[in-house]
Amino acid sequence: MTAVRLRGVYKQYGERVVLEGIDLDVHAHDVVALIGSSGSGKSTLLRCVNLLERVDDGQIWLGEDDITEVSVKPDRVRRRVGMVFQSFNLFPHLTAMQNVTLAARRVHGMRRGPALDKASALLQQFGLGGRESSYPDRLSGGQQQRVAFARSLMTDPEVLLLDEVTSALDPELVGEILEIVRALKAGGMTMVMATHEMQFCREIADQVCFLDAGKVLERGTPDTVFTDPAEARTREFLRRVLS
Amino acid sequence: MSTAVLLGLLCWLIVSSPGWPSVQQTFFSWKDAKASFPEIARGFVVNIELFMAAEVLILVVGLLVALLRGTRSAVMFPLRAMAVLYVDLFRGVPTLLLVYLVGFGLPALRLQGVPVDAFRLGLIALTLSYGAYVAEVIRAGIESVHPDQRAAARSLGLSEGQTTRSVVLPQAVRRVVPPLLNDFVSLQKDTALIAVLGLTPAEALRQANVYTSFHFNYTPLLVAAVFFVALTVPLARLTDWLGHRALARQQSAGPA
Repeated sequence: MTAVRLRGVYKQYGERVVLEGIDLDVHAHDVVALIGSSGSGKSTLLRCVNLLERVDDGQIWLGEDDITEVSVKPDRVRRRVGMVFQSFNLFPHLTAMQNVTLAARRVHGMRRGPALDKASALLQQFGLGGRESSYPDRLSGGQQQRVAFARSLMTDPEVLLLDEVTSALDPELVGEILEIVRALKAGGMTMVMATHEMQFCREIADQVCFLDAGKVLERGTPDTVFTDPAEARTREFLRRVLS
Repeated sequence: MSTAVLLGLLCWLIVSSPGWPSVQQTFFSWKDAKASFPEIARGFVVNIELFMAAEVLILVVGLLVALLRGTRSAVMFPLRAMAVLYVDLFRGVPTLLLVYLVGFGLPALRLQGVPVDAFRLGLIALTLSYGAYVAEVIRAGIESVHPDQRAAARSLGLSEGQTTRSVVLPQAVRRVVPPLLNDFVSLQKDTALIAVLGLTPAEALRQANVYTSFHFNYTPLLVAAVFFVALTVPLARLTDWLGHRALARQQSAGPA
């Protein structure tokens, strides 16, 4: 079953074309990794999937539903898709617990009791037991990002979008986040991630897409893309990031 | 030490000036200060009431206008344009002029229900004037919230309105409290402007004026000044303190 399907997705900001006809199939329970240099369109692609950006052309299906249709309500789509950002984007005026429960309470109409229970369990699971009432500025980068994962998982998304979730972290904190992604993969979560962690990408991804100037230049299993890339641009990119 | 010397020098300069004896008599008469004090104190209660009522109305108007200016949909264009026009217009007109226009102009219309007392006319004028300032302060606060915050909220499924209410405004308001308090310090003083209307109820400055014109002594003006200073100084200190605290918190948090 396909969890997310993109056909001919096209996006431009003013004169600059950011995505130029992207096709992509993400199967349920798969992890698809988007690699490529900064500005290649990875983040924009993710933001199109939860409609933070509207596509200028092309179609995106979430499960059975074409979410690029005009009649589709973006809020309804976003309830089904989770997103974790590079710079965490926790709400600084809310505690860890409040960050996690906000959408469940406001959007999904969850009652206070069950919401608190579920959020506690998630925070506990991510090693944040005891930090429930801490504000983001009292947490380390790694802890903040773990809260952000809990926040996005609170409402049981069908798909999780990860936008360079380790890029803003100190090197020694990257491991704890990758551990979470590994655990989610083991639990069968469908994920699309833009990443610079090539080693990790090779270990966990079912499909790797190399984006270059708004196009998928090369795609395949990690083994094919990393060991035997067909395109010269891919080889060049990999040589730069792996050296 | 140097401050004390300077102040001493300044006092000496004033006291030794040729006009000092008559100034002392007309501005620093203990007898007149005591005599005018109760009336001015009673008038100052009006200033405080006007200040508090205006404060609430100004916040409502300011918030509404700021939110209107932040809308993006085409449907809202007329309202957005009106908000811009309102801010441009009322920020440009001197508050005193506005008090005259509202105070003399509105009652002259002789419409049913239009107030004719200094309190409500002053309330309208001050709200119109300060609403424009406060709207701009709040708008600056809203715009200072990073777009990523909005993106994060929207990605969780929160609607535009929910995002503004639960995520953007709480952060914006925290940031604008010090500048808002600063505006309110000056609002507190400007409540005295309604004195020019010569209507009841008479606030502190008007009471002082009345006494002055009957007794040919200006001491009551100084008494009224003391009242205003006594209220603005604590407000100003509170503003400073809140500003410092916000700064300290920002610095202790460091970059995200």
